[in-house]
Amino acid sequence: MTIPATENTQQSCCDEGRKKPACSCSVNTDSKSVIHTTTDFITFENRWDHFLARWGINRSGHIVAPGLYRLGNPTADSPVFASANYTLSFDALREALAGIDAYILVLDTKGINVWCAAGKGTFGTDELVRSIKATGLSGVVTHRRIILPQLGAPGVSAHEVLRQSGFMVEYGPVRAKDLPAYLSTHTATREMRTVRFTLSNRLVLTPIELVHVLLPLIAVAVVLYFLAGLVAALGAVTAVLAGTVLFPALLPIIPTKDFSTKGFILGIIVALPFSAFFALVSGLSGIGQILAVIIPLLVMPPVTAYLALNFTGSTTFTSRTGVKKEIFRYVPVMVLMISVGIVLAIALGTFRLIGVV
Amino acid sequence: MFDSYQENTLRYFPEKCINCRRCTQVCPHGVFAEGKDRAELVQPSGCMECGACALNCPALAIEVQSGVGCASAMISAALRGKDMDSCECSCGGSESTCCGSETHEEICSCGADKKEQK
Repeated sequence: MTIPATENTQQSCCDEGRKKPACSCSVNTDSKSVIHTTTDFITFENRWDHFLARWGINRSGHIVAPGLYRLGNPTADSPVFASANYTLSFDALREALAGIDAYILVLDTKGINVWCAAGKGTFGTDELVRSIKATGLSGVVTHRRIILPQLGAPGVSAHEVLRQSGFMVEYGPVRAKDLPAYLSTHTATREMRTVRFTLSNRLVLTPIELVHVLLPLIAVAVVLYFLAGLVAALGAVTAVLAGTVLFPALLPIIPTKDFSTKGFILGIIVALPFSAFFALVSGLSGIGQILAVIIPLLVMPPVTAYLALNFTGSTTFTSRTGVKKEIFRYVPVMVLMISVGIVLAIALGTFRLIGVV
Repeated sequence: MFDSYQENTLRYFPEKCINCRRCTQVCPHGVFAEGKDRAELVQPSGCMECGACALNCPALAIEVQSGVGCASAMISAALRGKDMDSCECSCGGSESTCCGSETHEEICSCGADKKEQK
């Protein structure tokens, strides 16, 4: 599940940047020491690793050893690219550079992708400067340019890197696959500089959204099955699937801009069949029937809306200011709706138990 | 109505701009565009507050309170009585890795050593 790095990887732990005296492994003091070798070929094993990463299996295990890598047969004039030590990031880069001789400097981002790591600062100025020095990059290449993925920029201050390491940061395109085109001119088009969030970008995130809520969902569905029957259990599953799978898929076409309101709309739509079932098929009448119709409309939409709101963390465009505003605006509504819904459901259950309805 | 994303914390001081064009290179949403003498703020509402422009502006002409707009991280911080603005999270594929970062010790080939150091 790990990578072509077969050589000495001790540098990653004994780096001087962290100053941890207790580390007992031998410090490699020869700064020009280790250059790993990699290829532009993505093996079946690599692809299986990517699949597992997408499903959140062994979440922290999709790691490349940090350090300097040789791709093809680079010379002292070959370009240098920086990447994160997350297999999906590293493999996207080396696959995009097929046939190009280059060096790849893998930063220690704790197995996290470039953009997220940049947001946290682990793909950052300090780590980049540290890696340049630790790998002896200035002795490996004669030029002083390093190409970073554009999405590394939230963590890296290009002018600081230049001041501290002498290396000039060049921001490449957002997507590694645009690198061959970028390298011919070293300028990126506006298209290459813009983040998208396409249907396939969104769908690839749905497994992890689902995996996150799977255990609580199963627990709730089982409890509902015994308390209120199969249809109620299906209602829970439907509300969650709507929030974790349907919502990401339909994101741009659901009306309104806020994620919560989009979620409410989707939640109401998927709740309607359940209300209809209780109105027409369940055999309830009078107050019981009215309650049974209202309850799905009160309970399901806030679940879907909450999951929809949580999807903001996975998107490529929501600002913290806006998400905070959404939380204050809509979370109280969600709590109120689901609370009233649960109280009514308990009331309905009690009425049925004592034979009122 | 139903749009919480119209305002953000991005501030641009064009008089300080030295026209190095870094902001136009790093912004993933085309918020800045190249101008004749200085960068132009063309899409302020597109800003997602990632902070790349401000960090890469050598003239300090851009300010933004950067942070990741992740609701689950902010809500759980609020529920635990912590500051919503200081919580860490992340976007995209690695969401859970970031949000549950306490469980992720640094990857160290020295094995046991790292745990003692924690």
